[in-house]
Amino acid sequence: MVKIQVKNITKIFGPRSAEMLSKVKAGMGKEELLAETGHTLGLDNVSLSIGKGEIFVIMGLSGSGKSTMIRHFNRLIDPTDGQIIVDGTDVMSLNRKELEDFRRHKMSMVFQRFGLLPHRTVVQNVAYGLEVQGVKRDQRETKAREWIEAVGLAGFEDQYPSQLSGGMQQRVGLARALATDADVLLMDEAFSALDPLIRSQMQDQLVELQEKLHKTIVFITHDLDEALRIGDKIAILKDGKLSQVGTPPEILLQPADDYVRAFVRDVNRARVLTVDTVMQPPEWRITHDNMERALADMRRKGEEFGYVVENKEFRGVVTQEALEEEIAKPGDNPSLYEFADDSGSVDLESTIEEALPATLESDYPVPVVDESGHFKGVLSNEEVGSILTPPEEEVAEGDATEKDGSASGADAEEKKTSGESVKRAS
Amino acid sequence: MDSVLFPDIGRPIRVATNNFVDYLVINYGDGFEAFSNFILFFLVQLERFLRSADPVVVLLCVALLTYAASRRIGLTIGMVVAMWLVGALGLWEQAMQTIAIMLVSVALSVMIGIPAGVLASRSERFRAGLNPVLDLMQTIPSFVYLIPAAMLFGLGKVPAILATVIYAAPPLIRLTDLGIRMVDSEVVEASRAFGATRWQVLKGVQIPLALPSIMQGVNQTMMMALAMVVIASMIGARGVGETVLLGLQRNDSGQGLVGGIAIVILAILFDRITQSAGQRMQAYRKVNG
Repeated sequence: MVKIQVKNITKIFGPRSAEMLSKVKAGMGKEELLAETGHTLGLDNVSLSIGKGEIFVIMGLSGSGKSTMIRHFNRLIDPTDGQIIVDGTDVMSLNRKELEDFRRHKMSMVFQRFGLLPHRTVVQNVAYGLEVQGVKRDQRETKAREWIEAVGLAGFEDQYPSQLSGGMQQRVGLARALATDADVLLMDEAFSALDPLIRSQMQDQLVELQEKLHKTIVFITHDLDEALRIGDKIAILKDGKLSQVGTPPEILLQPADDYVRAFVRDVNRARVLTVDTVMQPPEWRITHDNMERALADMRRKGEEFGYVVENKEFRGVVTQEALEEEIAKPGDNPSLYEFADDSGSVDLESTIEEALPATLESDYPVPVVDESGHFKGVLSNEEVGSILTPPEEEVAEGDATEKDGSASGADAEEKKTSGESVKRAS
Repeated sequence: MDSVLFPDIGRPIRVATNNFVDYLVINYGDGFEAFSNFILFFLVQLERFLRSADPVVVLLCVALLTYAASRRIGLTIGMVVAMWLVGALGLWEQAMQTIAIMLVSVALSVMIGIPAGVLASRSERFRAGLNPVLDLMQTIPSFVYLIPAAMLFGLGKVPAILATVIYAAPPLIRLTDLGIRMVDSEVVEASRAFGATRWQVLKGVQIPLALPSIMQGVNQTMMMALAMVVIASMIGARGVGETVLLGLQRNDSGQGLVGGIAIVILAILFDRITQSAGQRMQAYRKVNG
């Protein structure tokens, strides 16, 4: 379900921005516009569609227009042209009173340098949004205390912001934003000013809170690792233009242009990609517990090994060699379900990094199972290897991400043209 | 002296101004007098109160005020001694008159200066228009506007107060404007993002965060108001300024010095009290964990 729809937003900074719009629409670029007219093109015809309950990350370097973008959602900045529709309401059509109401109840915001009121205590800061709404003092402070506890700052209620560390100050900022119960949370480089360790703690905390709250979060960052870590979807901005929108694996595996490609090159892909985006469907499986039949099947197909599955549930792997040995032994054959080796499987949700040791140790593609023990696919060394190689800039689109011929050239071409339409490999 | 190079525009200006002042006096004299009486009412009340109060009570008030503002015993004692010195110089009555005039002037300056400063911080256009006016207010010799003011309001305290306000309000306006502009834009943005109205932003964020600067402005206004007391006494305002003026007229250096010392003491007194109050208002800036 779409929560926020951004339609063809263009923002030009300068005294005669409205007149410049036609020039931009005629195709004048950012540099040309600046050189000729002294106007800065902040955003150039950006359209986005943000789903309810999503963490939507807008990523770009400084000057890419990402901070300008996020300020359009609650109209801290007015666009030169375009529409923003939140829950079916065109934000542009709101008058001042309605806009204040909209900001009070629909959206709240977390700032890069926290934006806390230095002359107020933590609890007064967290209660600020409610105070603006006109909520009574004891009511709003009770609520503020709940949120302070939820972000792990209990005991610091009566301190001033300057007494807290950066990470704690940003928790106050987060609690303040959450206290108004707005559906949409705007986070403008919220964690960029923090130490790396604190930053990753805050990222975890955000993801954890999100699992409970199911807000729609628009998150701005210049850090691709952060974007990949927390984002359900990522939009990449360059010079006010949208380069690509997609899920983290799509951004990593099918970068739309050289700009995105340059970005993803330095990313630790093994830590970002999960097994389910890389694994292949199993070519065949053994779905009974008869050893001799299994061995016969293997010989006929020329397979060295097979994956044993009982009612979709994964029971283990057997090799031809092991079967031959076991059958040659005197006495009854044991059940194949019991005999199969189920020690070397990897979890569907784990990252490539976590799955790597099991993959390297194994002589055959490692079986992949989901939470309920169902057999989902296999992961081979070759696939892992090809995924960890960053895409080459010289190589034509899509080739570098092609694996085992499963993505044909035409397929990859299509993915390139419509990055949004690609679903996760699972 | 006729000159081709310099056409005489001085005379028309002079004549036009005089006519305009006459016109005001004749047609709106009552209005000006009503305004004058209005200010005079507050001034007289305050002055009567200060002069009728037992000096011991006034000294006690100085002690309480200083301590409330600074929480420092040493400063409190110092200020009481300074105030006692004014009495010992034989200028207690005059000092009370001066304080009354100064307080009314400062109150008027604050009432005009803070709103003007707020407006200037919001509108570049207003600020651009206001700036030359402030420059003019600070540089034009007081006598230039004292002449029409004396005609409109009569000699005495009211034109003195007006002259003081004109001279003393500009720093407050400028410092209010600067203080509000210096408030962290992200904090203001945060406040707006939560749906605060302009008034809520002003009252809850901009004014409190600009307060150190505004207090500095009030302090400066007080100092400049005290600097005006001698000039004010020339158009009939009583007080310590009159003592200095009399010293000048009678060629009595000693009296001039005694009056001067009293003015300096009053200046120090008000400066220290407002400075400490300003510092205590921003105590949150000092706490560092």
